[in-house]
Amino acid sequence: MLKNAFGKQKLIPVPGSREYMESEGRISAQEKCPSCSRRISELELKENHKVCPECQYHYSMTAWERIELIADDQSFQEFNSGLRSINLLDFPGYNEKLTGAISKTGLNEALITGQCTIGGYPAILGTMDSRFMMASMGSVVGEKVCRAIEKAADLKIPLILCAASGGARMQEGMLSLMQMAKTSAALDKFHEQGLLYISLLTNPTTGGVAASFASLADIILAEPGALIGFAGPRVIKQTISEILPEDFQKAEFMLKHGMVDKIVSRPVLKDMVERLLRLHLGGNNG
Amino acid sequence: MVKRHFDYEEKYRNLQGKFEELQELSRSLQFDLTDEFKLLEEKMKDIRVNKYQNLTAWEKILLSRHSERPTVRDYIEFIFDDWIEMHGDRCYGDDRAMIGGIASIKGIPVTVLGHQKGRGTNENLHTNFGMPHPEGYRKVERLILQAEKFNRPVMTLVDTPGAYPGVGAEERGQAGAIARVLMTLSSLKVPIIAVVTGEGGSGGALALAVSDRLLMLSNSVFSVASAEACASIIWKDAGRAEEMASALRLTAQDIKDLGIADEIVEEPTGGAHKDFENTAQNLQDRLDRNLQELLAIERHELLQQRYTRLRHIGRFQEN
Repeated sequence: MLKNAFGKQKLIPVPGSREYMESEGRISAQEKCPSCSRRISELELKENHKVCPECQYHYSMTAWERIELIADDQSFQEFNSGLRSINLLDFPGYNEKLTGAISKTGLNEALITGQCTIGGYPAILGTMDSRFMMASMGSVVGEKVCRAIEKAADLKIPLILCAASGGARMQEGMLSLMQMAKTSAALDKFHEQGLLYISLLTNPTTGGVAASFASLADIILAEPGALIGFAGPRVIKQTISEILPEDFQKAEFMLKHGMVDKIVSRPVLKDMVERLLRLHLGGNNG
Repeated sequence: MVKRHFDYEEKYRNLQGKFEELQELSRSLQFDLTDEFKLLEEKMKDIRVNKYQNLTAWEKILLSRHSERPTVRDYIEFIFDDWIEMHGDRCYGDDRAMIGGIASIKGIPVTVLGHQKGRGTNENLHTNFGMPHPEGYRKVERLILQAEKFNRPVMTLVDTPGAYPGVGAEERGQAGAIARVLMTLSSLKVPIIAVVTGEGGSGGALALAVSDRLLMLSNSVFSVASAEACASIIWKDAGRAEEMASALRLTAQDIKDLGIADEIVEEPTGGAHKDFENTAQNLQDRLDRNLQELLAIERHELLQQRYTRLRHIGRFQEN
C-alpha cells in the first residue's frame, strides 16, 4: 500500500478528452512528440520529414521513407529484393520472428538496396528499417550490403548507406558475427578503387553494424540525437554501475569526440548529400 | 538455476577420495580386492573421459572461462622464441588487455597478438579481464601494418569476453577501432593464422579472427554475443543461458561445421590446464604446419583465397 502511495496511477481517458476522442477515432490521430510533448498531426509530421517542428526531434523513419527523402523522385530501382533469411541454426522462435517482421513491414529483410539518382547524380543507396527485428545484421543484410558495394564498384558510382541497427542478429549465431568481417572486406576492395562511400548514422547505430561497414566510410554523417556506439547504454550501465553523461552516445557526443564528420538534420540532408556528390565528381567517381 | 562453475572435477576428486579410503580399509582388513579395484579404477577413468567427450555447450563455456585455463601469454611464452613485447597505440595509451609483439616460430619471425586475461582478481584487474579498449585495437592496427611492412606473418590468439563496454571506450571510438582492424586484416599482404584458445566473445574477438586459417582449441567457444546476454535480450531471461548456449551453436565443433573454423586442436581430458605442455606443444605443431602451408601459396592467390572465404560466409535463400 505505502509503496504505491507516490506511484504513477493509470488514469482512464475522460470522455471528451483528446485521448478519448483519438481512441474512439472521432478526430484525426495526433502524435505526441516524445521529446517536447508537443502535439503534431500526422500530416504536419509527414510534411516536415518526420521532424518535430518545435524541438527538432527526429522520429524514426522507415527504409522507404528514407529513400523518398534522399533519392530523386521515381529514380530508385531496387535490386536483390528477393533475398530472404533462413533459420539455418534451427534457432527457437526465429521463423516466427521473421514471419512477424515481414508481415509488419512488408519488407523481405531489414535493408533495402538499389540504384538511384540524387540531384541528378547516380548513386547506390541502401537504407535500413529498424522495425524489422531492430534491423539486426544477419546473412541477408550482410550479403545485400556486399552486393550494393560491388554494384557501386562495377558502375564506378558513389555508395550511400543509411545505418539503423541494433547490431548482429543473434538468431544466426556466428554466421551473423562474420558478416562484420565480410562487409569490411568488401569495403576494403571498394576503397582501393578510389570510390566515394558516405555513411549516414541514424537512430540507433550500435553493435556489429557500428563496428563494421557503418564506420568505414570516407564521410560519416549522423542525424541529430541518434544513438551511436559499440555497446548499448544498458550494457554499459550494468558494467560500470555509474550514471552516464546525459548526451552519452548521442550523435552530438560522437561529434564532440571526433567520431563523425557532421550532424545533418533531415530537411537539409538531401542537399548535403548532393553537394558532397558534386564535390567528388571527376576522378574515379563518374 | 544456472550452473556457474565447472564442478565435474570436484565430483571426480570426491569419488577418488572415497576410492582411496576403500583401498586403505581393505589393506587394514587384509582383504585382497586388487582385481576389483583395478576394474573400478578403469571404470572411473572411462566415466571421466566420457564426460569430457560429451560436454554440453554451457559446460564448454564454463571450461573456456576456467580460472586455471592457460592465458594467451602462457601460450606465447611456450610456443614462440625471442618474444619481444611491444607497447602502445601511439595515440592514447597501452592496453594491457591486448598484447602484441615480435617473436619467432621454428626460426621464422612473426608478429604475435592476443587478448590477455589474468589469473585471479589482481591480475584480472590489471588486464581488465581481457576486454580491450579502442587503444588495444589501435595497437593491433599498428602492429599488423608493421608486420606487412616487414613481410612478417601474423599469428593471433583469441581469448576475450568481448571488447570493453564503458564510457571511455565509447568516447575513444570502440566501434570504429574494431571496424578498421577487420578491414585491414581482410587484405593484409602476409599470411594470418588465428587461434581461439579460450573465450571468443563477439566483435571484440572477431577483430583478431579474420585470417587465412582459423584454429580452435577443442574446449574453446566463439559466439556472436555471450549466452547470458543473448538469453536476456532475446528471451528476457538471463536464467536460460544454458539453453541459449546450445541454441547459439558456439562450440569449436559447431563453428567448424558452419565452415568458419578450419581445424580443432584437441585438448587433453579435463581441459588445456590439465596438461598445458601437451596442449601448447600440439598447438605449436599445428601453427608451424599451417604457416608452412600458407607460405607456400603465392601471395596474390593467398589474398584471393582469404577474400573468397570471407565473402561467402552466410546462408540465405534467393527467389
